This record gives sequence, structure tokens and C-alpha cells, in this order.
Amino acid sequence: MIRVIAKEFNSFLNSLIAYVVIGVFLSGMGLLMWVFPETSVLEYGYADMDTLFSLGPYVFIFLIPAITMRSFAEEKKSGTMELLLTKPLTDWDIILGKFFACFLLVLFALLPTLIYYYSVWALGNPAGNIDTPGVIGSYIGLALLGGVFCAVGMVASSITSNQIVAFILAAFLCFIVFTGFESISTLNVWSVNALVIKQLGILYHYEALSKGLIDSRDVIYFFSVGALMLLVSKIILSARSW
Amino acid sequence: MSLHIQHLTKIYGAQKAVNNISLQVGEGEIVGFLGPNGAGKSTTMKIATGYVPPTEGQVLVAGFDVVTQPIEVKRVTGYLPEHNPLYLDLYVHEYLRFIGSLYGIRGTQLKSRVAEMIDLCGLTQEQNKRIESLSKGYRQRMGLAQALIHDPAVLILDEPTSGLDPNQLLEIRKLIKEISRNKTVIFSTHIMQEVSALCDRVIVINKGEIVSDSSLENLLSLQNNETVIIVEFDGYDNEDELKSISGVEKVVRVEKSTFKIFSTAGVDVRPELFRFAADKKLSLLGLKQEEGSLENIFRQLTSTQEA
Repeated sequence: MIRVIAKEFNSFLNSLIAYVVIGVFLSGMGLLMWVFPETSVLEYGYADMDTLFSLGPYVFIFLIPAITMRSFAEEKKSGTMELLLTKPLTDWDIILGKFFACFLLVLFALLPTLIYYYSVWALGNPAGNIDTPGVIGSYIGLALLGGVFCAVGMVASSITSNQIVAFILAAFLCFIVFTGFESISTLNVWSVNALVIKQLGILYHYEALSKGLIDSRDVIYFFSVGALMLLVSKIILSARSW
Repeated sequence: MSLHIQHLTKIYGAQKAVNNISLQVGEGEIVGFLGPNGAGKSTTMKIATGYVPPTEGQVLVAGFDVVTQPIEVKRVTGYLPEHNPLYLDLYVHEYLRFIGSLYGIRGTQLKSRVAEMIDLCGLTQEQNKRIESLSKGYRQRMGLAQALIHDPAVLILDEPTSGLDPNQLLEIRKLIKEISRNKTVIFSTHIMQEVSALCDRVIVINKGEIVSDSSLENLLSLQNNETVIIVEFDGYDNEDELKSISGVEKVVRVEKSTFKIFSTAGVDVRPELFRFAADKKLSLLGLKQEEGSLENIFRQLTSTQEA
């Protein structure tokens, strides 16, 4: 598995994907956070990082599918899937290898935003006046959300051999799991079960984490959705032998 | 036994790609899989590498079952798939290191194996390039290098020479021949010369069934129920006179004064023809016995099936 991660990550670095993803994410977030007056912390007047944590997931909805779309789709199209599957690797080696490579790239994109934390911390009046537990919880939430999106991307990519289809499908699915359930729960039809439906979506648990309270239920939620998605990819991948 | 296939059947949807094939390949043998397109060569190979599961039957590679022990099978086989897929965005070194590491080769051993493969497959000049910038012939060498890096006991090559120019073709063949000295090699092709150039044993497959499994000599002798002589005179066109020569059974005029002379197998009418020409004071321009060509045999074997 480690070998697959290394190779995948190498491919990201070789093919500019890594630089474009990190570059776009950071410049996008940087602009939103510090330059555009509507969302800028400087204009906002409160020393918090809500801009990053509330808009970050939406940027991820587009960015992560772009990272994951090639994972299986490209291999199927170019035939290298046959190569990989005739090497002494299990299906899990391949899926987890690709998943963790994508996840690692997402974490690398997230890493430099720690500077924002320092900046906001230093700019606060008095300096250091920032809700640190809230920021930590939010970071954990954002990272876990990135992981779930990567797992969703794996599913989308394993279904098709067309990268564009994989991208659109992944973006759509990410959107559904992120805010879809929240929106569905507001429909009048099932108002009795609204809370349960809301809890199926990521947003509910993400918001809970950003309050700074790291509840094991929320963390378990992220892990189970991620695991479920990876399991689906595994089933799709092994469906070749049916 | 390196490869042991028993009653193998593979059904894709409604199509029977492989129909109840049984065959065995011993250690160190080099076997050619011959057959027209869509005969089931690739399917059989894909099953033997564990990529595609069999519908029925058993396949053992070096004693390991492809269904129950796929990882072990994959560890002892080297496989070059039909279209030779490669990670085009990797560099030659990087790619071979990656494949080698998948087989658990590490550290200095990996380094020396990669260098060895680059040397063996003649990639020295190209070793610092990205795979996407390599020409077809070099890519094919890359494919062979990745199949060989872990020194597999069984090498499965699916059409290793398709799409190469004549020079590359010869080089790749030479390479395969070199490799095959201490390995079991199974390769598929629909090019006849390749079979005669490379292998000891030929298995002809058509429509998912084995039509012939024999040594090259046996296969060649299959067709020898008649001897064919091609004779060319300088301006002579009397077919009937030729027919009257003793031993001649049939005469077919190919060109103005070129004839195909048929006789029973083993009977050589060339001395008679020469004497005939001398008697008639004819200039004999050419006198040649036609070899039983693999092409003809192949056509015979694969078309009788349809009838």
C-alpha cells in the first residue's frame, strides 16, 4: 500500500496536479480571507477564521473531485489497471493507496493555512484573542471532511473510465453529502424526522466540531462515511470478476 | 509444471471466449499461442495472470491456483498485457523502481535490478527520459523490463511484437529468445514468422478451442501430403507434356512459363524435371521446392473449424 501511495503522490508532483491544487486552494482562500471585503477578516471585525471554515468545504467540493477523478478512471482508460491488478497487490492495497495519496495532498493544501491562524491570533485586540479550541475543532472537521470527499471521489472514479464523468459525479455526490441532507430535511414532508435526516449529512457534524467540542460521535460519523465509501469502491472494483 | 490448465471455460455474457481448454506447459518451455483475432488467446492469458477469473475449470501457475492464491500467482509471473499499458507520466527509472517495489524488492537490490533491466532491455540511452517521450519500440522494451524485473519463473507475453517496425521486431524477438533460456515463456501472436523464429511448441487456438498442440516440426509436416515444385522455363507453355513426366500428378500454370508441379509426398520430381528440360533443350530458369508454410497450415487449421 505504501508503494502505491508513494507512486500516486509522485504522479501528483510530476503532473502539476499537486501544485495547481495547492496553489488554487491557497490563492482562493487567501483572497476570500484577506482581500475580498465581503468575506475578509480584516473588515469583519472579529478575530476568527470562519471564512476559511465555512467556505473551505465549498472549495473542496470542486477541488477534491479534481484530484480524485483520475484515480481509477485514468487507469481504466489507459489500461494500466490491468497492469496494477496483475501485480501482487490486493484490491485494498490499491484503493487505500490511492485514497491516502489524495488525502495527503489535501492535507498539504490545508497545512499552509495555519499561517492564517497565526495572523488572526497576532492581529487580535488584545493579541491572542481567538477561540483556539474552536479553530482546532474546525481544522479536524475540515480535514475529516476532506477525507470523506476523497473517499466519495474514489467511488465516482471507480464507476467510470471517463474523468469528466468522474469529476462531475464526485462533485455532485460531495455536495449531496455535505449540504444535501440538510436541505432535504427542511422539506415539509418528513418534518417529524428532520433531525435524523439532518444528522445523515456532513454539515451537521462539521458544525458541531467547529464549536470546539470534539465529540466522538461526530468523529465516528466521518470515519464511517469514509469507510462506507471506500467499501463501495472496493465492491465496484471487484465487480470485474462477477 | 509451470502452467497447468484444465477444462478452462470463460463465458463473456453470451459469448464463449474460451471453450473447455486443457493444456500443460513444462518448465523452461517456450510456447507460442497462435490464433486469429478473437480466438481466445488473450482471454486465456488474462485468466492465467489472475486478471480475469475463469468461468469454469482450473488454472495452476507454478503450482498455485489463480482463483484461490492470486497473490502467489502474481508474484511468480511476469506479464506483458496486449496493449502494453504504462504510466506515461513517470520516468523510466521511476517506473521500474515502482514496479520492482510492488514485488517487494527493496533498497540496493532494487537499484541493481533496475539497472540490470535497463541494460538487458537496451534502454540505456533512454533511461533518463519520461516514458511518454519514448518511441513504440522502447515502450515495448519497458513493458518487457517491467515484466522481468522480479525474475519471474513464468513469463506471459500477449502479442509482444505487435505494431513494431521490422528492426524493432527483430530486436524484441532476440530479446525474448535471450530471456527464455532459463524461463517458461508463453506468448501469443498472429504472426507466423514469429512462431518459427521463437518457439519450440505451437498451440493453435481458434474460436476458443485448441486446434493443434504440437512441436513446430510436427506442425510443419502436417501439410506434407504433397510436394510442390515451382519451375520456371524460358519460354515454354506445354502443360500436357509436363504432366506426362513420371511422378507428376498435377500441373498448374502460374505465369506464362512458370508452373507449379504437384507430386505425392516424398517423391522428388526435380531430377526428372531437369532431365526433361535437358532433353527438350529448354533453358531452366528456376527450380524450387515449396516449403510447407506455417501460413498455409494456420489457414487450414483455423478455417476447417468453420466448415
